[in-house]
Amino acid sequence: MFNHLLSLLIWLPVAGAIPVLLAGSSRPNLARWLALLVAVLTFVVSLFLLVQYHPDAGGMQLTESYLWIASWNVHYSLAADGISVALILMTTFVGILVIAGAWEVIQDKPHQYMAAMLMLEGLLIGVFCATDALLFYALFEAILIPMFILIGIWGGPRRVYATLKFFIYTFFGSVFMLIALLYLYQKAHTFDLATLAALPLTMQEQTWIFFAFLIAFAIKVPMVPVHTWLPDAHVEAPTGGSVVLAAVMLKVGTYGMLRFILPIVPDAGAHYAWLIIVMSLIAIVYIGYVALVQEDMKKLVAYSSVAHMGFVTLGIFIAFLLVRESGNTDMALLGMQGAMIQMISHGFVSGAMFTCIGVMYDRLHTRSIKDYGGVINVMPWFGFFYVLFAMANCGLPGTSGFVGEFMVILASFAANPWIALFAAFTLIIGAAYTLWLVKRVLWGDITNPHVAEMKEINGREAFVLVSFAAAVLALGIWPQPLVHLMDSSVSQLVQQLAIHKI
Amino acid sequence: MPTLNDILIMLPEFYLVVAACVLLLLDAWMKPAQRPVLHWLSIAVLLVAAYLLVMGQPPQSVTAFGGMFIRDETSEILKVFALLTTALVFVYARPYLIDRKLLSGEFYTLMIFAVIGIMLLVSAGNLVTVYLGLELLSLSSYALVALNRDARLPSEAAIKYFVLGALASGMLLYGMSMVYGASGMGGTPSLDLAQLHNVMSYTTAPNLLLFGLIFMIVGIGFKLGAAPFHMWIPDVYQGAPTPVTTFIASGSKLAAFGMAYRLLSSGMGDLSQHWQLMLAVLAVISLAIGNLVAIVQTNLKRMLAYSTISHMGYLLLGLAAAGPEGYAAAMFYAICYALMSVAAFGVMLALTRAGFECEEISDLKGLNQKSPWMAFLMLLAMFSLAGVPPLFGFWAKALVLEAAIHANMLWLAIVGIVFAIIGLYYYLHVIKVMYFDKPAEGSVLQAKPDVSLRVVLSLNALSLLVLGLYWGPLLGWCRSAFGL
Repeated sequence: MFNHLLSLLIWLPVAGAIPVLLAGSSRPNLARWLALLVAVLTFVVSLFLLVQYHPDAGGMQLTESYLWIASWNVHYSLAADGISVALILMTTFVGILVIAGAWEVIQDKPHQYMAAMLMLEGLLIGVFCATDALLFYALFEAILIPMFILIGIWGGPRRVYATLKFFIYTFFGSVFMLIALLYLYQKAHTFDLATLAALPLTMQEQTWIFFAFLIAFAIKVPMVPVHTWLPDAHVEAPTGGSVVLAAVMLKVGTYGMLRFILPIVPDAGAHYAWLIIVMSLIAIVYIGYVALVQEDMKKLVAYSSVAHMGFVTLGIFIAFLLVRESGNTDMALLGMQGAMIQMISHGFVSGAMFTCIGVMYDRLHTRSIKDYGGVINVMPWFGFFYVLFAMANCGLPGTSGFVGEFMVILASFAANPWIALFAAFTLIIGAAYTLWLVKRVLWGDITNPHVAEMKEINGREAFVLVSFAAAVLALGIWPQPLVHLMDSSVSQLVQQLAIHKI
Repeated sequence: MPTLNDILIMLPEFYLVVAACVLLLLDAWMKPAQRPVLHWLSIAVLLVAAYLLVMGQPPQSVTAFGGMFIRDETSEILKVFALLTTALVFVYARPYLIDRKLLSGEFYTLMIFAVIGIMLLVSAGNLVTVYLGLELLSLSSYALVALNRDARLPSEAAIKYFVLGALASGMLLYGMSMVYGASGMGGTPSLDLAQLHNVMSYTTAPNLLLFGLIFMIVGIGFKLGAAPFHMWIPDVYQGAPTPVTTFIASGSKLAAFGMAYRLLSSGMGDLSQHWQLMLAVLAVISLAIGNLVAIVQTNLKRMLAYSTISHMGYLLLGLAAAGPEGYAAAMFYAICYALMSVAAFGVMLALTRAGFECEEISDLKGLNQKSPWMAFLMLLAMFSLAGVPPLFGFWAKALVLEAAIHANMLWLAIVGIVFAIIGLYYYLHVIKVMYFDKPAEGSVLQAKPDVSLRVVLSLNALSLLVLGLYWGPLLGWCRSAFGL
């Protein structure tokens, strides 16, 4: 089993989706329990990663490689480093919570919902451990199919528009990456990422390939000019869809940057690092202001996701600046590490925020902020969790939100104080939009009579929220295990930044 | 004089001719109540032919009748898949034909004759064989389109198909005559494709040869349905009985690829620098017209017709690469397209009942609620046609794009990929209608209880997923056919 741990993690949920589907609409409860069983099993199996992966050894571990398509030299090859392990664990953890969160909320064809979720989970795990570029690409695109179905069937009123926009937008980005990969294949006659990383490329080639990769991943992250699909998709998606989208799918974009842009086109990456940094700062500052004026809770959190993902891209590319221009590897390491922690932390925090909104939506069937007010009076326990996650969202020390942002800001300060200044704006804007949201939704008097009828969270919802809260606090108070898990992999990434390919 | 060896090489074809005649006689002597037996007999006939092909496959390429007929790996693969997709059409067609009282010997014999045409065409070693095979295929197809002869739309479609088809055949023949003439100027005139290969090097009339080439490309473009020679496709697809449309969209496309390969690569290989660009232009126009016009269609058959045009654009990317890798990719694409379109039309046939043609996109509304399995099969077909991994269609697209890049036509690959994004929309629209819309009032979308149809259709659509996960052997097979 340990030899094929990663394969097992991919195929267990994908294959598990089939019995869930077969359980059928006639026995929805059986489908739900089966789905939960598969999700829990996947999580348990993923815990073995912690045993099998040796953080101190670094590098790619748990390697599996089989020749998949001989005449094209495509391999089914999987491997994981610390970053992959952390992301996979987050995926399987969130996987349980979305299944539990959808329990009686999804009444229409629950078996199809659960099956789509499980398939999505399996494919996402695959993306995080594929080391063959074509395999990565196939999985990267295949995630769109279950997500398309999830938003389209169980989404809100404008779901069709949102899901078509989501699919076509992301597909648009990734096809250019396909062209780039095929071009690289012409040169290297392989899709193996390690070989591609060692392939010499001229600056002109690197520039084209860089932009092809960038458009694919920037749309996924999403970065500023191409983020417009995200608010729509988030708002219309069912709660579980939003949670997976925010918590895991956005990370696919930044993870792709680490695996493709950094090793394959480092010189173009360094040359255009300023571009990404500017885009990230716009995301942090401008999108923060955009979030401030939202009247829809989900949209607000969606925009705050864009702003927080700005920190991840900032952390990754500030490392370029530090290594290439001042040779400051220590600070680069800090920035990169901050970006990685921010990735994981944002997964939990945004997932939790969307779950909270889902809890309220299930009771009142509206996402509009002005329909709420005084929720704390009827749902004190819920209010407790909501405030906790809100604090994490604005980066309060002691929660996971603080650690990553703080490290990235420190690193940017070393590169250029102005960058740090703009990045630090988030502390004010983030606090502003989050606290204002809390103020308008939780505090005050009950103005809407329907709010008075809202019921306190039940055991199932409490389980989901407690799990998220535990993760958020654990990472905030004691991030050391996570840092240790990713440490050697991150320093390898930073060392790679210094390698010139021309 | 034909020797026994010649006959042995052409055994599958001879066998099919005899079998078709026997079926025709049986049909004439049978009582109407026994007619359904013909259905199973015809499928058996096709499968036996496929068996003969595979079992009798010669170790290397052989020719019969003095080079008129070539039996090599390329033709074997195309023939096997043409036979298989036609057998699929037979399985899917049965309930449709019974409901519309069209189940008769003519349908099966005409189809088998069309298949013989395909087999001749893809094995052609001589311009005359190309023409013979093409006409056999086309004439059978014209008659098949008009199968439901009392209805207005099919008759109209058949007439259109016939007039335009005759025109295209005329063009092709005219081009062939010019090529023949050019081969005679400065050398011995020849119709043999292998000897035509180096005409350019000696002919005293190179312009005549080029003109001939252009006319031949018109004929090929018509048969493929590549724009701007695509006018017949939408009307014929829509007007023809759906089983016939299915055949034209699958087996017939394999034949068109075979014909293009024989004429261009074997016959006009020396002129590749000339026809490469022509095919590239055809590809770009086909991609543009096919994908853009498909968006506004409301009739599913018509939409799939425009989708065919765009797919032929992708196939042409492979052909335009003009090298063994490009041909292998194009052949892979042709096979893939045949399987995908048979599956898509198969779902439509499964949902069609007496008095109800499932052919508008809106007819599929809420299919996921009424019949989730059929909706799932259609979803596989649509995502495969759209080229979304991990389905089969994606790999076929990736292969032709790679072939184009390999042939230093990066721009063509980029055009191809941009139109793939545009094309995505209308396939997603079908999925949207099936999954996200509520069923219309009083809609009785229910798949036919026909067991053979359901099982075979499921296998067909699932093969798109299975081949998407493991397409290596098929690609290896296609590549070895072109010596890679």
